Amino acid sequence: MVARFGSVRPVHPPSVSSLGAPGGGVEAAEGAVVTARRLTKAFGDLVAVDHIDFDIVRGESFGFLGPNGAGKTSTMRMIACMSPRTSGTLTVLGRDPETDGPAIRARIGLVPQEDSLDLQLTVLDNLMIYGRYFDLPKKVIRERAERLLAFAELTERARDTVEPLSGGMKRRLTIARALVSEPDLLILDEPTTGLDPQARHLLWDRLYRLKLAGVTLVITTHYMDEAEQLCDRLVVMDKGRIAASGSPAALIERYSTREVLELRFVGHEPPGHDSLAGLGERIEVLPDRVLVYADDAERALGELEGRGIRPANWLVRRSSLEDVFLSLTGRTLVD
Amino acid sequence: METWGAQHAAGGRLPPSLRVLRYHLFSYLRTWRSSLTTSFLAPVLYLAAMGVGLGSLINHHVGTVDHVRYLSFVAPGLLAASAMQVAASDSMYPVMAAIKWIRTYYAMLATPLAVKDVVLGHFGWVTVRLVITSVAYLGIMAAFGTVHSALAPLALVAAILVGLSFAGVISAFAATQENDQGFATISRLGLIPLFLLSATFFPLRQLPGWLHPLAYATPLFHGVDLCRMLVLGQLDWVSAGWDLAYLVGLCALGLVLSRRLFTRRLVV
Ligand SMILES: Nc1ncnc2c1ncn2[C@@H]1O[C@H](COP(=O)(O)OP(=O)(O)O)[C@@H](O)[C@H]1O
Ligand SMILES: [Mg+2]
Repeated sequence: MVARFGSVRPVHPPSVSSLGAPGGGVEAAEGAVVTARRLTKAFGDLVAVDHIDFDIVRGESFGFLGPNGAGKTSTMRMIACMSPRTSGTLTVLGRDPETDGPAIRARIGLVPQEDSLDLQLTVLDNLMIYGRYFDLPKKVIRERAERLLAFAELTERARDTVEPLSGGMKRRLTIARALVSEPDLLILDEPTTGLDPQARHLLWDRLYRLKLAGVTLVITTHYMDEAEQLCDRLVVMDKGRIAASGSPAALIERYSTREVLELRFVGHEPPGHDSLAGLGERIEVLPDRVLVYADDAERALGELEGRGIRPANWLVRRSSLEDVFLSLTGRTLVD
Repeated sequence: METWGAQHAAGGRLPPSLRVLRYHLFSYLRTWRSSLTTSFLAPVLYLAAMGVGLGSLINHHVGTVDHVRYLSFVAPGLLAASAMQVAASDSMYPVMAAIKWIRTYYAMLATPLAVKDVVLGHFGWVTVRLVITSVAYLGIMAAFGTVHSALAPLALVAAILVGLSFAGVISAFAATQENDQGFATISRLGLIPLFLLSATFFPLRQLPGWLHPLAYATPLFHGVDLCRMLVLGQLDWVSAGWDLAYLVGLCALGLVLSRRLFTRRLVV
């Protein structure tokens, strides 16, 4: 796979333009699987993706974290060469989606936000027809299907029709299907949205294994825990723009404090900013709770008691990407 | 370094549009029983009802129609009309399903396949369906003794052209629809009137003169005309030429229109 990537296009020397550099060149960073510069997608007047820059490196697991409508799906569809960009540059696996769509898609696996499984056919048939779109020999697909179904924990359901399967099973089948062509890049658009916690954890485990196996993953999600667990690096997306980028830890370090004190006030108005001032580096008053950002949340709690403020209950926790998003946009990820 | 032709780059030998056709065949073979009965049952029922019922009544009262028994007159018309029906229905709900309900087209477009392959594959599949139903129809017509010319096998080509000319414009229309309500309208205001008024059941001269241009403007009329001439061996080269040109033209238009409207719908 590595050799094949190299043969497509000579690897460029490391480029000066880094993530977020304004108006950078088209030159891909070394080992870049996807490079976007000022990438834009408009639907009429609505700008869904607004001049974004990012590089996705081979072997990493790269996330797009953002609320509904942020432009994640639009970005994935452009990377997957299913949707033409409005402007900007985009290079995927060394090629331009505008001119080399089929060739790029031959090496990409896509798990779309909305399932597109053939519900009347069996689990195995779904893998078969998908592999046949790539014109893989039946024998090859059957061999791979056996491994992939075991991986997706669907071996027992191989000969069942897809329709009655649970949401989690369908999602795992969609992932198995996307892997049947042994892609160099796997794109997962909201892989666990709508699943119950147990199904989500099983899916995370499978994605983690893929990551360990060295598959380049691109994941969109509006779950901060998903992004934290699965992504080496991510961009925080909001209203078509990239608000920040980096590893989960670096983002938390940069945009939030180490700890957070969550306060809930039941039955009476929460205290205003004034009475909480100075408790932490930053205070967020949300409709249902108050967040005090402090490196030492226990100390903030002590001070709160000293001021005679008594919340109905409180919680000390570590900062998360949710807090990063809140700090960047003033809004919560999931509303 | 290798050259990257579209085919090679996409990593496969079979042309992409044939892969789409292969998908349709595959999924048909998984569910063929239900549709196969309609392929054979419908012609038997129509020909029996027309020939044994209506036909004997007409033969008894007015003798022959265009020098043949009524059943022989009506059978080629039904051949063309059934091609229209099969192609139209395969281009309505299945296309909508592949766009909205099952999203098969999106699954295809995430692979090396492109919109033109999806469109050509659809046309290829409709052609296969038309071959199956038309061969069945013609065979049953022969069994009913309504085939009067050695040119009759060419009527299969005519029937397929009729079908494809409907498939093109209707699948293009289907690609613009948000739900299936438009299909009922097409059937009620399009297909059924055509079925009844395109000289399928009676010669055109039975219609008032002002309706003739309307009949000439419709594809089914030309399909019926062509099929009838070929099956009955009463070939008029000039009108056959016009019929053929009309049908081929409409097929081409439908193909271009489908490609454009499928692209507008699927690649946004
Ligand atoms: N095909 C489309 N036509 C018009 N607007 C669209 C289309 N697809 C997405 N949008 C709009 O673009 C914005 C971004 O959508 P999307 O990329 O789906 O965001 P996300 O995946 O982050 O929820 C939204 O406002 C959405 O309504
Ligand atoms: Mg989305």
